[in-house]
Amino acid sequence: MSNAPRHSGKEPVAVVGIGQTKHVAARRDVSIAGLVREAAQRALLDAELTWADIDAVVIGKAPDFFEGVMMPELYLADALGAVGKPMLRVHTAGSVGGSTALVAANLVAGRVHGTVLTLAFEKQSESNAMWGLSLPVPFQQPLLAGAGGFFAPHVRAYMRRTGAPDSVGSLVAYKDRRNALKNPFAHLHEHDITLEKVQAAPMLWDPIRYSETCPSSDGACAMVLTDRAGAARSPRPPAWMHGGAMRSEPTMFAGKDFVSPQAGKDCAADVYRQAGISDPRREIDAVEMYVPFSWYEPMWLENLGFAAEGEGWKLTESGVTELDGDLPVNMSGGVLSTNPIGASGMIRFAEAALQVRGQAGEHQVAGARRALGHAYGGGSQFFSMWLVGAQPPTT
Amino acid sequence: MAEHTGPGTRDVAIVAFGQTDHRRTSDELSEVEMLMPVLHEVLAATGLKTSDIGFTCSGSSDYLAGRAFSFTMALDGVGAWPPISESHVEMDGAWALYEAWVKLQTGEADTALVYSYGKSSPGSVRDVLTRQLDPYYLAPLWPDSVALAALQAQALIDAGDTDEPALAGVAARSRDAARANSRAQLGGSVPQGDYVVRPLRTGDCPPIGDGAAAVILAAGERARELCARPAWIRGIDHRIEAHSLGVRDLTDSPSTRLAAERAGAFLRPVDTAELHAPFTSQEIVLRKALRLGDEVTVNPSGGALTANPVMAAGLIRLGEAAARVHRGASDRALAHATSGPCLQQNLVAVLEGDPR
Repeated sequence: MSNAPRHSGKEPVAVVGIGQTKHVAARRDVSIAGLVREAAQRALLDAELTWADIDAVVIGKAPDFFEGVMMPELYLADALGAVGKPMLRVHTAGSVGGSTALVAANLVAGRVHGTVLTLAFEKQSESNAMWGLSLPVPFQQPLLAGAGGFFAPHVRAYMRRTGAPDSVGSLVAYKDRRNALKNPFAHLHEHDITLEKVQAAPMLWDPIRYSETCPSSDGACAMVLTDRAGAARSPRPPAWMHGGAMRSEPTMFAGKDFVSPQAGKDCAADVYRQAGISDPRREIDAVEMYVPFSWYEPMWLENLGFAAEGEGWKLTESGVTELDGDLPVNMSGGVLSTNPIGASGMIRFAEAALQVRGQAGEHQVAGARRALGHAYGGGSQFFSMWLVGAQPPTT
Repeated sequence: MAEHTGPGTRDVAIVAFGQTDHRRTSDELSEVEMLMPVLHEVLAATGLKTSDIGFTCSGSSDYLAGRAFSFTMALDGVGAWPPISESHVEMDGAWALYEAWVKLQTGEADTALVYSYGKSSPGSVRDVLTRQLDPYYLAPLWPDSVALAALQAQALIDAGDTDEPALAGVAARSRDAARANSRAQLGGSVPQGDYVVRPLRTGDCPPIGDGAAAVILAAGERARELCARPAWIRGIDHRIEAHSLGVRDLTDSPSTRLAAERAGAFLRPVDTAELHAPFTSQEIVLRKALRLGDEVTVNPSGGALTANPVMAAGLIRLGEAAARVHRGASDRALAHATSGPCLQQNLVAVLEGDPR
């Protein structure tokens, strides 16, 4: 690299390999190392590359308390073929899977490395995430009983603000769980699901029913990202990154809008600017967004600019976000069907890439050219997104 | 300006560095309260406001804080409003600096704020660090950080690379240097004391304490506007080794050597090296891997043997090396950071000042 010529502008970034584990409640048959290696090997297989082709590894996961291992990347270096290579560990709360992919993408975009393996995982069965999130901290507002206890009031605020009918949440859950039946890697495969069953489930954190919450999953997701030269060697169509951004805002402050946070709006605007998108509703063909509780679909539709304020629930209610609608959302079944927390953001990014590569199988959106992957975390304060396309970026 | 010697195509420099007084305890301060003055210090040094910063990146550990998402409260202290472009690594702040350097390489930002912090005082850090070992085969045995470092020290003694008086010499030199560092936790004449874990004595081990540090990076001409003598990052690289101590030669650090090669450290001699060696024996390993002779000033700050805020001590090495370039005490300095048991993961950066 010492004589590498200087370039101006960013190197285009391509996704040439994607691998996931079959997400389940508990992978008792593998160690943490076994879990991540499975996803990484599938991504390498997809890219038809070997460990030796990888220049660096970027790994992400949510809090270390979820497995009870501090900085587990140290122990995972061997399993991920990172020995002798650079290894970075990202942690940005629930958005981490997306942020991890973006950090890896920057290594390529900044011409630091040619080909990078990025991976995110969670093995939730090793502990109890809800209580892992609920450790009491002196002089700080408690998160209450896990994430649901934190987010339920914000869902209620959305309902009050928009006048959305109570049924919208159940429609999202019913759609995502049916989409999951078309995704062999999804955790929940509820073959006998009906809308009535979704609506009859017990109330967990009012207004969120048990059927409208994400499961706890063990799973990993990996991607191989590469430069133009690497993409030219790719045996399968790559997905090209057209824009990527992260935004953060404080957890709580006077004037914070928990329903539609400014950081989410700014993050989307940055991605659209990079990708040259002026009308996301028309120009984006499919969306994988981070919806851990059903109502976050209409909320994010507004936050991301797919619907005017107060109108997001109408897209959901009228079937626009169904797999065969004109703006399909969470074709894979989404976080509502699969939630290895630290990996959930990367799964969104990877599923968006699968769509524009035409490799999403039964949950493929016909002719998808541009897709958005979205993740958020913390108290609706950390956002990461990317937009991928079937064609290389023009600028 | 000299050509780059490693990957990366854009000139990026450390233009400001700040750190806390490092202390055994900081019971009266939250992490945010500990961090805030340091953030204000580097912003004031450059005249920048939070809203002027293009990218922010931090490093910290939930296991030290004893709670999930501990970095979110620190972010509140940064003043992330309007929303900022921001990221976090669950690593020493040196790697947060690396992520920020990569971000500046993409051209998406011209300035970056990097910070890290750690409070070891609320718990038993020796026990806490056992939780970062292989969870199936090693962590259940609770081998603590001093015990593992002692294995490494004994291996060095057995190989004839050092002996106990030489280790005591490293300790004495470091604590003597810290007399000139008002931030250090431990300085002056410190007795070697009794064995903690043979062959390591109290004096061979770092003090346990709390602290924070912050750095500002800037690219190209922006760096010259913000700092009279920027510390240009001529090369920066990091490498990891196998986790299992049984498959490593503990008397050597091939990952440090490789990172140094990639950072261009061997192309020309350095005059200064800030090494992240929490144990005296680890300085022996690093000097060997980095081929540092007696003509190089090693750890003029006193190093991690005089202040070792876990998660920040690596970033402080980069900051201390940069500060010497800023004030003209160094023209070409090497900075090193480490993570993991017995120097498992290592980062090396080469910093230079403009010719005078």
